[in-house]
Amino acid sequence: MAVATREQAPAAADRGVWSWITTVDHKRIGIMYAVAAFIFFLVGGFEALLIRTQLAGPNGTVLSAEAYNQIFTMHGLTMVFAVIMPIAAAFQNYFVPLQIGARDVAFPRINAFAFWLFFFSALFLYTSFLFGGAPDGAWVGYAPLSTQLTEYVRMDYYSVGAQLLGVASLAGSINFIATIFTMRAPGMSLMRMPVFVWMTVVTSFLLILSLPVIGVGLWQLLFDRNFGTLFYAAQAQGDPLLWQHLFWIFGHPEVYVLILPAMGIVSEILPVMSRKPLFGYAFVVFSGIAIGFLGFGVWAHHMFTAGLGPVAEAGFGLATMLIAIPTGVKIFNWIGTTWGGRLKLTTPMLFSLGFISMFVIGGLSGVTHSIVPADTQQHDSYYIVAHFHYVLFGGAVLGYMAGAYYWFPKWTGKMLSETIGKWHFWITLIGFNLTFAPQHILGLDGMPRRTYRYDAGLGWDGWNLMSTIGSYLIAVGVLVFIWNIIRSWRNGEPAGNDPWDGRTLEWTTSSPPPVHNFDEVPVVHHVDDFWYRKYGIDEDGRAVKMPEVSGGALTVDTDTGGEDGDADAHDIHMPSPSYFPIIASAGVVILGAGLVFISSGAIGFGLLALGAIVSLWGFMGWAGEPITKEAH
Amino acid sequence: MVSEGAVVDHDFEDTGNPIHRVRKTAMWAFLGSEAFFFGAMISTFLLYRNTIGDGPGAEIFNIPFTSASSFVLLMSSLTMVLADNSFQKGDQRQGRVWLIGTALLGTTFLAGQIFEFTEFVHEGLTISTSPFGSSFYMLTGFHGLHVAVGVLLLSMLVFFSLRGRYSPDGGMNVELVALYWHFVDIVWIVIFTVVYLLQI
Amino acid sequence: MRRIVSIVALGLVLASCSSNLPQSSLNPKSVEAQKIDGLWILVFSIATVIFFAVQIALIVSIIRWRRRPGDDSEPKQTHGNTRLEIVWTIIPAVILAVIAVPTLRTLFELRAPATGDVLRVKVTGHQWWWEFEYPDIVGPDGRPLITANELHIPAGKTTELEMTSADVIHSFWVPPLAGKRDLVPGLTTYIKITPLESAAGEVIPGQCAEYCWLGHADMRVKVHVDAPADFEAWTAGQLEPAPMPTAGAAAAGFETFSGVCTTCHQANVRRPDGTVETIGNAVGPDLTHFGSRDTFGAGILENTAEHLAAWIDDPSSLKPMAPELNDLDRGRVLGMPDYGLDPDQITELVELLESWK
Repeated sequence: MAVATREQAPAAADRGVWSWITTVDHKRIGIMYAVAAFIFFLVGGFEALLIRTQLAGPNGTVLSAEAYNQIFTMHGLTMVFAVIMPIAAAFQNYFVPLQIGARDVAFPRINAFAFWLFFFSALFLYTSFLFGGAPDGAWVGYAPLSTQLTEYVRMDYYSVGAQLLGVASLAGSINFIATIFTMRAPGMSLMRMPVFVWMTVVTSFLLILSLPVIGVGLWQLLFDRNFGTLFYAAQAQGDPLLWQHLFWIFGHPEVYVLILPAMGIVSEILPVMSRKPLFGYAFVVFSGIAIGFLGFGVWAHHMFTAGLGPVAEAGFGLATMLIAIPTGVKIFNWIGTTWGGRLKLTTPMLFSLGFISMFVIGGLSGVTHSIVPADTQQHDSYYIVAHFHYVLFGGAVLGYMAGAYYWFPKWTGKMLSETIGKWHFWITLIGFNLTFAPQHILGLDGMPRRTYRYDAGLGWDGWNLMSTIGSYLIAVGVLVFIWNIIRSWRNGEPAGNDPWDGRTLEWTTSSPPPVHNFDEVPVVHHVDDFWYRKYGIDEDGRAVKMPEVSGGALTVDTDTGGEDGDADAHDIHMPSPSYFPIIASAGVVILGAGLVFISSGAIGFGLLALGAIVSLWGFMGWAGEPITKEAH
Repeated sequence: MVSEGAVVDHDFEDTGNPIHRVRKTAMWAFLGSEAFFFGAMISTFLLYRNTIGDGPGAEIFNIPFTSASSFVLLMSSLTMVLADNSFQKGDQRQGRVWLIGTALLGTTFLAGQIFEFTEFVHEGLTISTSPFGSSFYMLTGFHGLHVAVGVLLLSMLVFFSLRGRYSPDGGMNVELVALYWHFVDIVWIVIFTVVYLLQI
Repeated sequence: MRRIVSIVALGLVLASCSSNLPQSSLNPKSVEAQKIDGLWILVFSIATVIFFAVQIALIVSIIRWRRRPGDDSEPKQTHGNTRLEIVWTIIPAVILAVIAVPTLRTLFELRAPATGDVLRVKVTGHQWWWEFEYPDIVGPDGRPLITANELHIPAGKTTELEMTSADVIHSFWVPPLAGKRDLVPGLTTYIKITPLESAAGEVIPGQCAEYCWLGHADMRVKVHVDAPADFEAWTAGQLEPAPMPTAGAAAAGFETFSGVCTTCHQANVRRPDGTVETIGNAVGPDLTHFGSRDTFGAGILENTAEHLAAWIDDPSSLKPMAPELNDLDRGRVLGMPDYGLDPDQITELVELLESWK
């Protein structure tokens, strides 16, 4: 690809905090996403433990209702916006350019801006605990409860915090779309892209089309709370259901945003560990796209108890049933991938298989929600809590754990310990099922969610205790994972370029990859191109290892033509570091803080002014940096 | 796309400057997102178009006046095309004239909107009068904000071009701003039709 | 291992199906809840079969195709099988179509307006209690029957709840009697309940299912399914005005009641001269027949003199509320304040309220 920068990539200045703050390297940004997401995972997990401790027995007294409401709201917001979305972004940032054979993302500085905006916004959301309390209107923020109490800034924090996190995610998604559609290596047609890249395309589209809808809702919420508009004011015939529509038009695609990248990761790992191609690549890709499309047409199944009328409910119920079909296709194709393989039951494979198994449960309980009358019993009960944790923990989190074990060697050049990894897997799987399986029963037995206490005598005590014990077991699993990371980082087995005998382009480069990713831009001829450089097929259709060929034999550098077009890594120009993205993002978050405190007068306006100055500084400096710096 | 086995995919080379292609792809993605942003606000307005409480409703609209200002905005798309055309031909001097013209037309539209808002407030329609008022001001206000951002971008283009720092490969380029500007105009046509003209 | 866990989990679900828990949706006690339960059992059974089919396929594949130590052979490279993939796209579609038919039938049945001999009850959700008004059961003074938190309905007859909310969204959920339905301010929603004859005499618990802030967990409801004769007797009693006491502690309590409690509570009172008058504001629960209720505080406290005294003394200590944010002019009520009554006044009030059976 054309590399138009005039500046040499900094070689020696790669270390130190400053180099991380100013980095525009997609790999470093990916790592920062991962670290930030993991920290918030610990925070959100701690909140979960508080919740489970409170609910261990009837009429728990660990938390007051007021504290409980803030904790469960923040648990939801944290896990969705500050853990799963950014951990997906971490993998996408690091591996999408590598998998499509690109040297970077389309807009490295926008990438840095998106990360810092996410990170500062999430931190900002947590400052609410210090200034007036955390959001306490549940992560769905249903009006008119969310517009009711203007004495507290809690739901202003919610409105602005979610808005900012949305903008960060929007910027990241636009970047991925531009990257994937315009920067693929020569020969990598869309239908040769790894499934993980495909799922990134789908989630990016879901995000850019759904975030603006919740954005409008969040503005309306903020205006209702602070400026006297009447969008959700029932006394003025404002319609509280409008919020639910706007929220779930975002919220349902959001569920797929959380799970599809994990499905992509699993679709990468299964073929590698089964040593045969993904079964029905095209079916898996198209089912992912179908899930994305249908995901926009089922939002009202979150509103089956809200009084939409039977015709609308029937329509959305049927649409919800439909979405089970492409989901089922994926599961069958995954099993088809393992069938007839030589399964290497490594830790990433175990997590992937665990993903399939647990996701089947979450998927089936999801189908029961499409049975509208039955859903009126399940809705807002612990059955729902169980369902979406089977999808988001048993599904997404296990999928991302699989990804962490699979790609850790590429990040660090070291393998994570397989022995500890297997302990991690089994403890997590057992703890997870112990925590969430009983919650199905609790829900069916009438326990509503978002309740800080319950009476004895309803048959809920034992299941709740079991669930709490399970949650502590999950925490043990997380500790084992941390131990594994620390241990392996220090003295893990060296990984080499291609520890799993991989199929995709990230395994062709060193571990960790150089700043410019590839010395020579690869040329792609197949899905799983790297595999076909290593293996041929004999007359029985079995893979046969080919004699080692030097990597350059099958690649052509498309940069040839420029005067410095040879493959010498030292002549590849990468974008220069910049501190303007971090300044601009800090400015935007300060602006947001001003909006939160706008009804307290001077403080709010002061913050707005400060935010305006800082963000102007950031953006003007950004625009003023030599343009050629960004063009690469 | 190439068939299996071809050595080089001409995916990049065929489309001219890859930087343009990257930026335009991103801009289209952004505008897709913007379309849903306005879509959600238009839906809100449609929901509340008759929820006027004790305040005034659509009868306060001055259709001839808004038609005139809509025409002004529509004309600005024409001047934007001419500006883009001049820049494509490398005639920055002529292009600047058209850019300034576009910005002035946009400013005229904004002035009209401010005048219109003032009139409506005098007639008793504020953001707190009714959900109708809230959603009307939010929709047209956010659109006005987009026009204002557009005027700012146009002014920056003129500034860069005057200082000789304009480059078609730069982040600020006429083609991208033109895309944005046309989008904002098209959104206004939808708003004008749905809010002012359609009286269901 | 995974399989054992799954089977255990499934066994637990099945075990809970046969249980007789008071607030369980698997323990249906109305015609409507039975229909929902039938649908659930159908879907759950199909899901169970699919669950086992998929998990067994996965486990078999893992066991059969795992790489044995020392086996370095490579598998056959299959890229897919279009016919097979089309088959496993169509099979789920067919299964879903089969489920869709009874789903839609039941949905339209349950959502159809109630016809025939129907008891109507207006339900209003408040932070954090339930108001029930029987518009068709009217006393001689023209006042309809109004009560709070304990709903009485006759067994074997359809009751239709017409629900709305006075503040934020709530959701009426009594799992053995019906699926939940939201109470949305500015909107009316409906639930039909036809309790089984066999449920007569039972008190069925439920609670608010839409998060409504501090008191959400404590916004409970008790539904008394009465035999028709008992229901008649209950309504007759409830339509009687509360007697205004003329002597003793209760009379002193009435002074406090009409001076303090009526800020938010209402009572339909018969004065000694025989005139009937409704006093107070209908902001909190109607107290005309407070003494006849089994519980108070929206179902969280057994209705005893000690509990009531403790409640009046400091309501927020027994149930999280935010009375400091009350703004009656704007219609915002977030709980009962502590009025700082002295112990004698409290005793007198308790005496009065418990006497209003």
